[in-house]
Amino acid sequence: MVAATGIAAGTWQSLSEDGLHDPENPAIGVLQEPAEALGVLHYDPAGNKVDWVRSLDQGMIAPRPSLHDDREPEILESTVLMRNTNELAYVLFAHKPHTQWMSCEACHDSIFIAEVDANPINMGKILDGEYCGLCHGAVSFPLTECNRCHNTVPSSVRADGSIIEAADSAQ
Amino acid sequence: MRMCVARALGAVFVACLIPFMIAWAEYADVTINTRAEIEGVAPVIFPHWFHRIRFQCSVCHVDLGIRMGAGTTGITMDKLIDGQYCGACHDGDTAWSMDNCDLCHSGRPGLETGIQGGHQTVGPGVY
Repeated sequence: MVAATGIAAGTWQSLSEDGLHDPENPAIGVLQEPAEALGVLHYDPAGNKVDWVRSLDQGMIAPRPSLHDDREPEILESTVLMRNTNELAYVLFAHKPHTQWMSCEACHDSIFIAEVDANPINMGKILDGEYCGLCHGAVSFPLTECNRCHNTVPSSVRADGSIIEAADSAQ
Repeated sequence: MRMCVARALGAVFVACLIPFMIAWAEYADVTINTRAEIEGVAPVIFPHWFHRIRFQCSVCHVDLGIRMGAGTTGITMDKLIDGQYCGACHDGDTAWSMDNCDLCHSGRPGLETGIQGGHQTVGPGVY
């Protein structure tokens, strides 16, 4: 089986050889293999080897927002700029890809207070499974992907906090 | 000098082989064995990848009340048969029913409860 993205099977471990499933269990051969499901999605070098957000954006998957189809997802376009990042690039958090997967109450206010700079987040806590680390490093893309969150160099931010887009700076 | 280079090359060669020598579970697989083996059945393996293709995170983690933290929700078969947690879908209608024990209880003996997937995964499973 060769994926649409050109990634050959073998990138994903078969269930019988993943070190978790009992190869003698009758479920082997019945359960879907990761390569079959994931090999047709957009490739990504980290995590599940799938770019989940891009796969969702392009309609390759359509995960249901509710069990009984009684809730429409509320997609937010707003971003939050976090500048207290020491020597690393700033974090420009985008609500959109998060709200494509989760309702607001998944994060607010049980994990994050919905107010800029109100959450005492640091990498130690994140690595310890708090805040962003509740999902990132467990299920969503891993914490080894520094630049995906630390994605905005200070020189691209105006004094008012707005972002200078590449198209703007080229003018 | 030549020996040093040979040793360095050897170390790099071995380092390159390591990923192929270790069988990584799929990223974000959850193993649950808080009660399974005590009760005489195999540990449960929950594949996040399979479920997130079909449902958004909120369905389980908000609507169905499954906590983000392996083994912290207090799931029992009684509750599942009662339609809670996994039982909301695994009813023989949306997904396979509870009498297909092996399909969930498919883990090797002795698995510990936690989030799996290799060095990239540690996450909240420790809580």
